[in-house]
This record gives sequence, structure tokens and C-alpha cells, in this order.
Amino acid sequence: MSATRQLSPVARLEQKTVVDLIGKGKRVDDRGALDYRPTTITLGVVEKANGSAQVYLGKTKVLAGVKIQPGTPFPDTPDEGILTVNAEFVPLASPTFEAGPPDENSIELARVVDRGIRESKAIDLKKLCIEPGKKVFMIFVDVYVLDHDGNLIDAAAMAALGALINAKMHAFKVEKGEPVYLEEIMPVPMQNYPVSITSVKVDGVTVLDPCLEEEQVMSCRLTVTTGKDDSLCAMQKGGLGFLSPDEIKQIVSTSISKARDLRAKMLSNVK
Amino acid sequence: MDNHKQVRLLDENGIRVDGRRFDELRPLKIEVGTLDKADGSAYVEHGRNKILAGVYGPREAHPKHIALADRAVIRCRYHMAPFSTDERKSPAPSRRELELSKVIREALEPAVMSEYFPRSTIDIFIEVLQADAGTRCAGITAAALALADAGIPMRELVAGCAAGKVDGKVVLDLSDVEDKQGEADLPVALMPKSNVVSLLQMDGSLTEEEFKQALDMSTDACRRIYEMQREALRQKYHVVKDEADKEEATEVNA
Repeated sequence: MSATRQLSPVARLEQKTVVDLIGKGKRVDDRGALDYRPTTITLGVVEKANGSAQVYLGKTKVLAGVKIQPGTPFPDTPDEGILTVNAEFVPLASPTFEAGPPDENSIELARVVDRGIRESKAIDLKKLCIEPGKKVFMIFVDVYVLDHDGNLIDAAAMAALGALINAKMHAFKVEKGEPVYLEEIMPVPMQNYPVSITSVKVDGVTVLDPCLEEEQVMSCRLTVTTGKDDSLCAMQKGGLGFLSPDEIKQIVSTSISKARDLRAKMLSNVK
Repeated sequence: MDNHKQVRLLDENGIRVDGRRFDELRPLKIEVGTLDKADGSAYVEHGRNKILAGVYGPREAHPKHIALADRAVIRCRYHMAPFSTDERKSPAPSRRELELSKVIREALEPAVMSEYFPRSTIDIFIEVLQADAGTRCAGITAAALALADAGIPMRELVAGCAAGKVDGKVVLDLSDVEDKQGEADLPVALMPKSNVVSLLQMDGSLTEEEFKQALDMSTDACRRIYEMQREALRQKYHVVKDEADKEEATEVNA
């Protein structure tokens, strides 16, 4: 069952400082309210994966790996490849992470990242069909959180996208319903580049890209994922607070322009 | 979806497959206090959705270590019955149900005055008996009433309703076909008195303008549902009062 979480004692002590600063228009790490932390993305960090990417978002560190293998399609999409996103909150990433089956937070993160990729139609899944109804390629995106300093969703979405852009597979032809791999290497067929932007509300003030201290004292967060033509493809509110319709519209508008910058920056680094 | 299976979701007059206008809600039926043992309960039919919500608590936190010193722990379980969908759904909780349990809890929790009951738990159970798109929103509508029915102090009620996009047009309260073949879905829960949104999710494809339109449409619908929730709560006490009146009358007659 989903249950209210206990705030860590350290976060309780820090709470007043973080809230006071934000109230004065400042932040714990000297950023402006709408500043994103420095972001770096490195592709191809794990050779055995079809694709991989490591993202630093400030001190948050996330690694994503893509594995591609043949499998059976879903009955309702017999001619489309399968996308699966999974997230692992590795216990070494935070004192609050525990080993074991995924909890609601990692499930939520994986599903929000999944929605961004799926709903923006980032991958042309039809091109991953081997034999309709029988065999298609399955793309597994596994997100590994390695260091948790806040805003895991944005970092995970960026790492997942980077790993997909980086992913290579053998080109194939189909003989008797089986894929025959060719010498030629091809990328995963990408047609959109979804970018997530998360804002949090702390004491009535909205700030972008929360660090861990801010996330722990937030009233709520809103993640907005947009595709390359600025269209919205996924959204998720989290946390125990609420937002007025005007606050939401403001956040959405800011997120769209921020995502545009971040996407351009990321694609220029990656290509 | 295959193209040949596609049905037209809007006709030339903008009327939807089930005959509704773009901003029309599906019929709602709300009953409060439908369960005997639960501290609070409510049953909601929203279109073909049939949803039962039960609340237990405030009660002793169990296991004890989950208790919070300054407020009640609120726990929530959203679950779909195996027979609620076209294909049988495994009764084991899916990743989707785990995510929805979390966002539903986060939608209801701001309305509950949990600080009155430190070291206790309030358990919310939502069972989807039949699913027809919009179950999380109808679940919130039902669960808010079950909490009120349990006599738990609340800042206000919470009402849920989705908007979305079908055939390029923003419409309210998607049905099953519209959800499966439509272009976007935007589930929203509203605390109507303070006009704040406590649940917001979205998937599909919307422009910023369409989003604003969909958000306004769904919050407006939440306000309409809120009036029905209040009426359903009052109704329960009318029934109680009617019964008391009847008893009084028989006593006078005797």
C-alpha cells in the first residue's frame, strides 16, 4: 500500500533554512529560481549494452542502458516493437534507498520516463517488427540511479533518451520469420526527443530542477515532458501539496521553453 | 491500434460515440455509506465505471514503526478486480496500480487533517469493480466521500475528472473507446473550494493551448461533480432523518 513517508531528521533541521532562502528569492546552491543545474551527458559508457548514457545533473548521477532482443509482440500491437522502461534505485545512491523489489517511487519514475518516450513516439516501433504477431524487437531501457541529489525524473529521462540515441543494433532482414543479422550497424529508429522538466513548489514559490534539500521540503512537484515541436506528451504531479490552475499553466509554459533549450543543448552535444 | 479497427469518435456535428457533447459528463451515480463494517464508504458509478471505496481509521498504526509522531499515516490501495476489464486482470498489484495508489494518496492527503491523529493510520481502499476509463478520478471522487463518511476532519472534499483529446478536439471525461483511440488523456483532481489541483497527470499529445483548455474543462467538471458529492452526503442523512421521523410517527400512532 502507498503510505505517507517520514521526513528524515536531517531534512527537518534543514527545512527552515531551505524555506527561508527560497522565500528571499535565493536557493541553497546559489541558483536563480529558473536556473537548471549544470548538465553533462556522456554516451557509450557501457560497451556491452546496445546503448548507454550517463547524466550528471548537478551532483545527481544517473546511468541508463539499453538492451535489444527479439521477443513476442503484445496482441493489441502485433506489428510494433516493445518498449520497457525500468528504474533501479541502487542502494549506494542514497542513505534512504534499500535493496529489494522496486518501491512506488522507482515505479513512478520508470512509468513517467516510459510515458515521455512512448507518448512522444520517440521510437518508430513499427520499424522494429520482425514478423507481425510473432516476433518483434524488444527495447529494454534500464535506468540506474547512482547518486541522488534531487530531480531524478529529469536526469533519468535524459539518460534514457541519451542511451536510446546511442543504441546500435545490427540491421536485419527477415527469413522464414526469423531475423537474419547483416554486417551493417543501424541506430534505433528515433523520431522524437522528449525532454522532462520538473519544478517544485516550496512555501508558495516555484523553483526549477530541485536539489535534494529542496525536494525534501517541497509541497509538491510537477514534471512536464515535451517533444521536439513543443507539444506536451506527459505530465505528473507528485507530493502532498497542490497547485492552482494558474500556477500549473505558468509552470507548463516555463517548462516548454526550458525543454527547448535543454533539448537543443543536449542534441548538439550528442550528435 | 490497427487502422481498420478505428471508429469515428466525433460525427459531423461534433457529437461523440456515446451521444455526448464535447463538454458533457457521463452519468454519475453516487451513494455514501454503502458498506456496513468500514468506518466510511462510498460507491460511485461514473459512466460504466463501478467503483467502491472504503475507509478504515483513524486506527492504531500497524506495524508500529510506520507511525508518525505528528500526524496520521495515510495509506491507499487502488486495486482493479480481475473481472473489471475486457481481458482478465491478474489480481496481483500491477505497476500501474502501484503508481495510481501513490498519486491517489497524494491527491487526497492535502484534504485530510491528518495532524489531528498522530501515531495512527487512515487506510483508504479503492476497488474498481468495472473499469471504463477514468477510474483513478472516479476512485478519488468515491474515496473523498468515504473519508467524509468516516467522520475524518477534512479541509474540503476532492473531486476527480479527466479531459482529453479525440479526433483533434479537446473533450471532457473520456470513455473507454475514446481513451484507447484518443490522442491525449489528462486526469485531474480538484479541491473545489480553494480551487487547487491535487492530482495532475497527462499522456498523449497536446499543444499548450489545448492543455489550458483541457485543464479548464476538467476543473470545471470537478466543480460539478463536487455538487453531486455534497448532495450524496446530504442524502445519506436525509435517509437517516426520514427513518427517524417514521419511527417517531409510529410511536405517536401506537
